[in-house]
Amino acid sequence: MMAFFKLLARNRLALVGLIVIGIVVLLAVITPLLPLADPDVTDTPNRFKPPFSSGAILGTDHLGRDLLSRLMWGTRLSLAMGFAAAVIAAALGSAIGIIAGYFGGRTDNLIMRGVDMLMAFPYILLALAIVAALGPGLMNALIAVAAVNVPFFARNIRGITVGIAHKEFVDAARLAGMRDRQIIVSEVLPNVAPVIVIAMSTTVGWMILETAGLSFLGLGSQPPQADLGSMLGEARAALITNPHTSVVPGAMILIIVMGINLLGDGIRDALDPRLKSGALSRPMAATQVDRKDPVPAATNSLLDIAALRTEFRVRGRVYKAVGGVDLHVEKGECLGIIGESGSGKSVTALSVMGLVASPPGVITHGAVHFDGADLIGAPYKNLRSLRGRRVAYIFQDPLATLHPLYRVGDQLIEAIQSHEQVSKPAARARAIDLLKSVRIPNAENRIDSFPYEMSGGMRQRVGIAMALANGPDVIIADEPTTALDVTVQAQILSVLSDLRRDRGLAIIFITHDFGVVGQLCDRVAVMYAGRIVEEGPTDAVLSAPQHPYTSRLIDCVPTLGGGQRKLAAIPGRPPMVDRLPKGCAFADRCDKAQDACRAGDIALVATDAGHKTRCLFPENMERARA
Amino acid sequence: MTGYILKRLASAIPVLLGISVIVFLIMALIPGDPATAILGSYATPENVEKLNRDLGLDQGLVARYFIWLGNMLQGDFGRSFALNRPVIDEVLDRFGATLILAGTSFVLCSILGIAAGVVSAARQYGFADKAITFVVLLGISIPSFFLGMMMILIFAVELRWFPVSGMWPIYGDRNFLVLLDHLAMPALALAVVATGVVARLARSAMLEVLRQDFIRTARAKGVRERRVIWRHALRAAMVSIIPVLGIQAGFVLSGAVYIEMVFQWPGVGRMLVDAILKRDILLVQGGVVFIAACYVMFNILVDVAQALLDPRIKT
Repeated sequence: MMAFFKLLARNRLALVGLIVIGIVVLLAVITPLLPLADPDVTDTPNRFKPPFSSGAILGTDHLGRDLLSRLMWGTRLSLAMGFAAAVIAAALGSAIGIIAGYFGGRTDNLIMRGVDMLMAFPYILLALAIVAALGPGLMNALIAVAAVNVPFFARNIRGITVGIAHKEFVDAARLAGMRDRQIIVSEVLPNVAPVIVIAMSTTVGWMILETAGLSFLGLGSQPPQADLGSMLGEARAALITNPHTSVVPGAMILIIVMGINLLGDGIRDALDPRLKSGALSRPMAATQVDRKDPVPAATNSLLDIAALRTEFRVRGRVYKAVGGVDLHVEKGECLGIIGESGSGKSVTALSVMGLVASPPGVITHGAVHFDGADLIGAPYKNLRSLRGRRVAYIFQDPLATLHPLYRVGDQLIEAIQSHEQVSKPAARARAIDLLKSVRIPNAENRIDSFPYEMSGGMRQRVGIAMALANGPDVIIADEPTTALDVTVQAQILSVLSDLRRDRGLAIIFITHDFGVVGQLCDRVAVMYAGRIVEEGPTDAVLSAPQHPYTSRLIDCVPTLGGGQRKLAAIPGRPPMVDRLPKGCAFADRCDKAQDACRAGDIALVATDAGHKTRCLFPENMERARA
Repeated sequence: MTGYILKRLASAIPVLLGISVIVFLIMALIPGDPATAILGSYATPENVEKLNRDLGLDQGLVARYFIWLGNMLQGDFGRSFALNRPVIDEVLDRFGATLILAGTSFVLCSILGIAAGVVSAARQYGFADKAITFVVLLGISIPSFFLGMMMILIFAVELRWFPVSGMWPIYGDRNFLVLLDHLAMPALALAVVATGVVARLARSAMLEVLRQDFIRTARAKGVRERRVIWRHALRAAMVSIIPVLGIQAGFVLSGAVYIEMVFQWPGVGRMLVDAILKRDILLVQGGVVFIAACYVMFNILVDVAQALLDPRIKT
């Protein structure tokens, strides 16, 4: 609760709203005590006195009544009407909602049908019908506005109640022999009360507007008594000659409703967990770059990642997802990156083309040289032109990564047309060829399918076809087979393997599966807690792993026919990347760890031809030397 | 698709019946003798007796409902005592004006609201976002009738850009441009609140969509950012924006009441208010049922649009 108020106070606009409403309510409450003129005493000789005239600061209206006094009394009445309508609507609506949600079944069905019927009406129309039946008047307008808002509360509160009605504590109360009425009052009501209050805070502004509206139409408060709406309605006749009589009440309604809306927004934001976690921020077109250190020099490699650091900055905390990674890949080569989820392998891959969601992602160090030019911090125009054309991505879950509402053909055509001026029929013909090249049967028809109409394997082939659309030099595949069946997985791997051979593609293949790495990759890098812990030729790493983490990881892989072997899960969990230990990040889970491991940074050292390890006490060294 | 449309039309029947029941029950709340209420206090005994017979007012509530419903289904909404003409004629005469006003406002609020929401989301926390957020807050807080009055003062009286009120000039031609001239201010005043609501929703829907994986895919393909926002993201966001547009249609249709009063627009809303003040019960009843029915039909259109946009909704 305190956290909620803190969050509310941090939202400056909400605070402004709170203060404005506080002042208006306070003034309305003490109005009878203020030395104001009688709001209803007419004084026709002094009609339409302008504002700031003596005796009437805001002037007088068409009957010579003091506008300031009428404004204060009118505000009082409008606020009272709005709040009363909100309380009545909330009480009735919540009662209906709780009964429907608690009892469920036929009761629920019947009530909610009725509520749906009421909601099928255009809002104000229903209020008009009620006033028409009851006759114009203050109380009748109040009843009408409250009645129109009952369905809103009923529906919201029912939703919450349904969730609560099946919780353990309600079952427990029932077993303890409590009656329904007791359970509703003592168990359900306390849990829905906060929701009711919030719903009220967001609707009371509407209710003030609506009651004022009915009064404006002459259907609410009747003369001489006036709320803000009827003041405005009466002033309308003299709008052109004496606008101040209209502006005064109108501006007051605006101030009140705006204050309430500011406050309501603040309350809503303060309670929204998505805002708190920063999950509602929009990723920009390219990842932010904030490099202070000198940029590493270019090399001769096709794609060269050097000393790359990428972090996520969330509410004052820094998560170092990638903490200094060096990797390179050559033409026609396949590099595997392996690691548990959260090891930073995907973030490394996405950093290459500036696709890390940002905010909160920031690249803080290092360089990614492609064909000799640095991609980090490159102008968006250059980056966009390279994306998909020279460096293409294949992502994990093709149901989420393909646009659900476009046909796969259109998505392929778009990939082509983003980089080349091709006519639509020509692009379509190429798209069909692409689908054929990834062995999609019946490509001429499948091209018009939506993603949801395809199987997972077919969708992933579309994803690969899309990556191939512009004949890229490098393909970065981020766990492309994880979501697929083993047989489909094998097919996809063979498609990729063929493409590499036929087109001389360089592939960076990210996975957590050693079997896949063994099948496809020439070299493999093992990542842990944002850094590479071991890198080398696939055979060497798989047959003689040097880093304890790698060997434990390989031990986790079940092998066919090895039923007698004990599967060794790695105890403990990877460290949180916002609190990395000083020395080896794996030390706490390693059974060989010694004090030296925790003392300071450990370098990635070459131990053998092309084989590097970040460990003070590497394993299998005799085999490496042999 | 045809099957889906027929299914939606069929599902509208119970809603329409429900609406008629609700209106009927509300009208049954009228205190005192209904015949006197309907005919006014100067009615002759013969007229009262005739009305009692026609509407079955001497019978029970259920019987009365079915007589009323049966009459309506034959196009007989009763007779307005104040105007001395059939209710349905009056409603139909007036409905065109309301439809022009509300329809224009609806188009305005959809286009402006979505555009504002998309720009706001695409520039989250930037200057444009803050400016739009503030204007939107102002827009949803200002009563439309007050806004209309201020627009008259500024744009009609001071600047003389637009006529003060009415749908047509008293003298002179009635062509499209003249109509547009008269329509501009009321349509805008009516659209402001709905625009604000649509803009807010469009912004949050866009923010929700922009974080999704298929947006990253589009960017990874090298699709231009403008196209990512206005095609990929907006298309997906429309799935949650369209239902709100349906709600806003009801809002402008009924909110037209205030604007018709302020701008002397000869629509159904003003007719209803006049009828309520004159206690012309049958005219109110007929007008309310008619507008509510139109709104139900419009919502079917919204559902069909939704199904066309999202192929995953089974036809």
